[in-house]
Amino acid sequence: MTATATDRLTHMQLLEAESIHIFREVASEFENPVMLYSIGKDSSVMLRLAQKAFYPSPIPFPLLHVDTGYKFAEMLEFRDRYTAELGVKLIVWRNEEALADGANPIKLGTQRCCGLLKTQALLDALRDHHFDAAFGGARRDEEKSRAKERIFSFRDSAGQWDPKNQRPELWNLFNGRIGPNESIRVFPLSNWTELDVWHYIHLEKIPIVPLYFAKPRRMLVRGDALIPVEQPFVQGLPGEEQWVKCRLRSLGCSPCTGAIRSDADTVPKIIDELMGMRNSERANRVIDHDQDGSMEIKKREGYF
Amino acid sequence: MIFASEDSIATAQDLASNEATARAEERLEAELGKDLLRFSTAGSVDDGKSTLIGRLLYDSQNVYDDHVRAVTRNATIDFAQLTDGLRAEREQGITIDVAYRYFSTPKRKFIIADTPGHEQYTRNMATGASTADVAIVLVDARKGILDQTRRHACIAALLGIPIVLAAINKMDLVDFSQEVFDRYHRDLQALARQLEIPELIAVPVSAIDGDNVVHRSQRMPWYDGPSLLELLETVPLAIDRSNAGFRLPVQRVMRPNQDFRGFAGQITAGTVHPGDEILALPSGRRTRVRSITTWDGDLDVARAPQSVVLTLEDEIDLSRGDMIAAVAAAPLKTTHFEATVVWMHSTPLRPGATYFLKHTSQTVRARVVEIRSRIRVEHLEQHPAQQLALNDIGQVVIETSRPILADLYRDSRATGSLILIDPTDNTTAGAGMIRNITDREAGNLDRATRGLLVIGNRAELALQLEQSLLQSGALVLRTHVPTSPALVAIAHLGALVLIESDSAEPITFTAVRGADTTPRELAFDKPDEIFNEVQRLGTIPTGEDDNDNGLGI
Ligand SMILES: Nc1nc2c(ncn2[C@@H]2O[C@H](COP(=O)(O)OP(=O)(O)O)[C@@H](O)[C@H]2O)c(=O)[nH]1
Ligand SMILES: [Mg+2]
Repeated sequence: MTATATDRLTHMQLLEAESIHIFREVASEFENPVMLYSIGKDSSVMLRLAQKAFYPSPIPFPLLHVDTGYKFAEMLEFRDRYTAELGVKLIVWRNEEALADGANPIKLGTQRCCGLLKTQALLDALRDHHFDAAFGGARRDEEKSRAKERIFSFRDSAGQWDPKNQRPELWNLFNGRIGPNESIRVFPLSNWTELDVWHYIHLEKIPIVPLYFAKPRRMLVRGDALIPVEQPFVQGLPGEEQWVKCRLRSLGCSPCTGAIRSDADTVPKIIDELMGMRNSERANRVIDHDQDGSMEIKKREGYF
Repeated sequence: MIFASEDSIATAQDLASNEATARAEERLEAELGKDLLRFSTAGSVDDGKSTLIGRLLYDSQNVYDDHVRAVTRNATIDFAQLTDGLRAEREQGITIDVAYRYFSTPKRKFIIADTPGHEQYTRNMATGASTADVAIVLVDARKGILDQTRRHACIAALLGIPIVLAAINKMDLVDFSQEVFDRYHRDLQALARQLEIPELIAVPVSAIDGDNVVHRSQRMPWYDGPSLLELLETVPLAIDRSNAGFRLPVQRVMRPNQDFRGFAGQITAGTVHPGDEILALPSGRRTRVRSITTWDGDLDVARAPQSVVLTLEDEIDLSRGDMIAAVAAAPLKTTHFEATVVWMHSTPLRPGATYFLKHTSQTVRARVVEIRSRIRVEHLEQHPAQQLALNDIGQVVIETSRPILADLYRDSRATGSLILIDPTDNTTAGAGMIRNITDREAGNLDRATRGLLVIGNRAELALQLEQSLLQSGALVLRTHVPTSPALVAIAHLGALVLIESDSAEPITFTAVRGADTTPRELAFDKPDEIFNEVQRLGTIPTGEDDNDNGLGI
């Protein structure tokens, strides 16, 4: 973003400066960092911030996509095209063993499925590559346990988070010292809100997956829920499958991410829609509602 | 007919979508015009901090319906649970760690740090307060000021938070009594004076019912001041609290190819333009800024806290941990200083212990050579101490293995703050604020305090200053001869000249190097305050490459 003529920086410039500072600290203090790339809007913003942080040098770490095997086809296509265009190094990791066993959310339930295809796969990937720091795009405004997390979030040698015993984190002096096999998860977007992310995408014209934009799509209509038809094991009852003008508010796995009815087919229209929203962005995610504090449990185990 | 009606539907949709776009653009424009205020809560456990934040978010329509539903039982909303996000917190009904919440009103955007009240979790409170512009201190109207209120107010003051809003809470439980409010308001004002908190404003509230939180209360007609939110929306922002000149601690050297060498970092204070003369520290070499490079193109000006890359006119060796600073008021190069420390480790801090010390982008080995005192929170007095235990606050002397480039915390948060890291378990063991920079090697002209200090007829003060300056290693000349070119020349050689006279003239200090060589009146009268100020203004770290000819020309 170019500086405005006034003396005061906008809140977008403040957030950008803070995130860039975080990226540079990590790249300078760790031997082998990686950026988790989930293909969603927050990842797109992170990627732009990483480009800015190291300009005119290239991004000095690879991207890691943990592919559960159930991501939307449009996401994978976007991922491959955009990362190739930027010339960044992309690592894709899948829990092939679990997938070969036929792991899916309907068979295993969402909790076990996430545990195997997301958390397990992530921990395996981090261990296999000896990554000592991993950037994630999580924001504190997303969910209550995320609101508690440090920007530099310490993980023990099993990749676990101990929310009751976090390192103090004062000013912007981040403590990146770790022992063997320990690691740090880093959240450069900690202080961004959902609106800030969209605002930045708008100002910076950042490319995002088309699934965020409304258009008529084949959906299973079940009560209020719109369930995307992508996987053969997601079967509708007669009459459930319809064309609906809709979009996705956050991108996850197709069987577990509901769409919302919407006419918003541009970023400003999405922002307008967001301003009128009464429910949080994760309200359409099945996984957060498994039980009280389910996000915290997943996070303790190593999920982002 | 059919075609006509389809046409008109399409037009209606276009219209709606144009309106949506216009609304969004208007809103974004407004967002960009808003300030960002960071505030934190403080106060003892159960005073109602989390409830207050929940109420603030709810009444200002900043909570999503699904989040409200999740904390509603029997048609009553548990406001504290809107922020207490950990399972252990909900089970125990307490706050363990700081929760960050984000909300905005038409006037401002806010980042809240809701902090825990238990003494055991003081370090988490300090975490939340360290980045705050404003602290809301809660007091339970039935209990008044407790030790923990004092401890938190003390930490807020030490962290340099300029504005404290005191919410006297649970007014519903004391019949909305003005007398109760007035009593605790007086106590708090006294506390603020003792802690040198510049501004404290008290508001009577009932967090649980929302009185004076967002909306003004009907139940306390004797109070006609603003609600808490109105205050948060209007208190002045300390956007640039720093008095220091331009500083950029080097985070990383960018060298994408043979032709480009830039220094990346976040500006911690001041502004910079291409062409500005700067000092590269610690070498002390002078050069000029060639460009301010960013992904968005080169900039004509950059200011704190932007993250940029600077290229310089001359090839200068700078790496992570070094600093680029304004020539006029550079930070001090030090290995020996006093700091106020908030201790956060279960193993107490004892003299002689060594740690990693992180300061800006530099990590060095450090030894705590002395514990000067510990603050007893009950009376907020300094007492001698052998150690600092978990959650203690005290004054210590720190020595580092390599020099750091520092300012006093009160002049610049970013270059005056540090953390101590335990070398065995790698946890953050303490947070420090630099109070006094004390190393001066005798005869070290590179680092000398230079200048002219006019003392007037204060003979006692002159004597005290002469003693402490000599002890600190400065070269001091005390004289009754009025300012003259000869005295200026002596100062240029690396001395501090104390000039006495028979008149009660104001105390002034004239630096003899750097851009600012006009006499400055010092608004202090205590010897150690003058001592600090003189050292700050009169010490310019220089190095072997320095092109100064010793006469300041
Ligand atoms: N009657 C009354 N109770 C309150 C008020 N504010 C908070 N409480 C209660 O005080 C208790 C502690 O509140 P909490 O927000 O968790 O305090 P914290 O420890 O400071 O975060 C809870 O039971 C609240 O319901 C108030 O204004 N009036
Ligand atoms: Mg609380």
